[in-house]
Amino acid sequence: MIRINCPFCGERDHSEFSYGGDGSIVYPALDAPVEEWVEAVFQRENIRGVQTESWQHVSGCRQWILVERDTMTHEIHSVRAAHEGVAKVLEAGK
Amino acid sequence: MTRFSAWSVFRNGLSGQSGWTRQWRDPEPKKQYDIVIVGGGLHGLATAYYLAKNHGQKNIAVVEKGWLGGGNAGRNTTIVRSNYFLPGNREFYEHSLKLWEELSHDLNYNVMFSQRSHIALLHSPAAIDGAARRYNTMRLTGTPDAEIWDLEKLKQEVPHLNYGPDARFPIRGAAVQKRAGTARHDAVAWGYARAADSLGVDILQNCEVTATTRSGDEITSITTSRGEIKAKKVGFAVAGNTSRLWQMAGFNTLPIESHKLQAFVSEPLKPLLDQVVVFGVGGAHFYISQSDKGGMVFGGDIDWYKSYAQRGNLPIVQDVAECAISILPCLGRVRLLRHWSGVMDMSMDGSPFICKTPLRNLYLNAGWNYGGFKASPASGWYFADLIANDRPHETIEHFNLERFAQGVILDERGAGPDPKLHG
Ligand SMILES: Cc1cc2nc3c(=O)[nH]c(=O)nc-3n(C[C@H](O)[C@H](O)[C@H](O)COP(=O)(O)OP(=O)(O)OC[C@H]3O[C@@H](n4cnc5c(N)ncnc54)[C@H](O)[C@@H]3O)c2cc1C
Ligand SMILES: [Zn+2]
Repeated sequence: MIRINCPFCGERDHSEFSYGGDGSIVYPALDAPVEEWVEAVFQRENIRGVQTESWQHVSGCRQWILVERDTMTHEIHSVRAAHEGVAKVLEAGK
Repeated sequence: MTRFSAWSVFRNGLSGQSGWTRQWRDPEPKKQYDIVIVGGGLHGLATAYYLAKNHGQKNIAVVEKGWLGGGNAGRNTTIVRSNYFLPGNREFYEHSLKLWEELSHDLNYNVMFSQRSHIALLHSPAAIDGAARRYNTMRLTGTPDAEIWDLEKLKQEVPHLNYGPDARFPIRGAAVQKRAGTARHDAVAWGYARAADSLGVDILQNCEVTATTRSGDEITSITTSRGEIKAKKVGFAVAGNTSRLWQMAGFNTLPIESHKLQAFVSEPLKPLLDQVVVFGVGGAHFYISQSDKGGMVFGGDIDWYKSYAQRGNLPIVQDVAECAISILPCLGRVRLLRHWSGVMDMSMDGSPFICKTPLRNLYLNAGWNYGGFKASPASGWYFADLIANDRPHETIEHFNLERFAQGVILDERGAGPDPKLHG
């Protein structure tokens, strides 16, 4: 079991969360060329090592979070709120 | 290499089994090959065999970082079927099943292919209708052994499933493919290796590819832990490690994520289950068969997050055990013997790639999800054809990398671009 330290709820089993996928993807503008959309929706770097990924705390606060995790060892390096504004507020409140 | 026959088995029985020789050579890598296949799993070995057998290629190497069959080849639950629905998939998997039916003879090696039926349980009238549509399509397009069984027939054939009316998902019938079944996965790897070797293929184990050298739009050589090897053509068939090899070839992204799938085997039991039984409803996903040694071999879903670790997590163990008990309560006291996991190349639409790449002499075989065992013979057959003739056969022309941009994805499950949702 991986333990994920939710910024809102504290450390919980990963089975409380749902895996989103590659969290480094930035979706292009709605009117961007279709190639950019194909790249964002279908193409993955599929890193072996530390990657940023999104998870949702579905059985907890239901917030989306960004986790830096090693895909070989499953070690977690950092967890933050996916919403940049919320992440900043949490950071400032520390 | 000794050919296996009733006579050779008999003679060796009389001579204390002393007459058997090595099944394949352990050669030193040559400086140069016409064709190098990276990955000594089923797909790589089958490709080398068909390159030699169907296309008369003489100078081939299979380069494997570990030992033969140490990857997913030797980790899967060995289910072979061809109950596919989409054009593009169904012809391919049906061809594969036909190759399975002849494989032991063709390889002169008993792969223990057992056509014991694949029984997918159905739990609602809607599911029966859905399955009827799918299985009728199969019957109309060249797979005659597709059947829908009602409850009475199912009870006769598989008596000890949980037919209780109080089951969370009462069983109402089943979709059955009768020519489907299981095979011995190690034997398939060994059989292909032995047959390829006897046609002159060099199988290089403990030989990890660490880099490639490119010149313009081609690969000129690969760097391995056993030295530099020049190649006129290179094929990748490395399953869960596809993205890593892709990046070694100088590219960046692919429509693939690596996820791990677990499998389980129980202590050996007396004969209990004669078929492959599949249970999938309301989020459950479970498949089970009994090996010739008596072990119950079963598995479920992937671990739900991307991973390259060949190590499974515990929530899935619980999940799979719950599924097992809900359809086969008689397994309640059976002890688990082992469980393991393999890293799979999950694609964005659940369908594979057997295709050319932006490099002139590099070919790709990947994206097999949980289903690459049954595909291995046809995968090797058509990948060899692609490499030898430098153009895709029409049967595999959909298995390309461009289908996403073109909007012609092969999404058998209709699950969308999320690799973990495909099976
Ligand atoms: C638990 C489990 C259950 C499954 N059940 C089924 C099933 O019931 N039915 C079914 O049809 N399919 C099933 N599958 C899927 C099937 O096993 C795979 O799709 C198939 O085996 C993949 O092809 P392969 O045999 O060539 O892969 P592998 O055996 O994984 O071969 C790839 C090889 O490439 C080698 N390699 C990787 N990197 C390098 C490198 N840098 N240099 C050299 N070599 C390298 C690896 O060592 C490996 O041996 C299952 C898979 C798993 C994990
Ligand atoms: Zn939370």
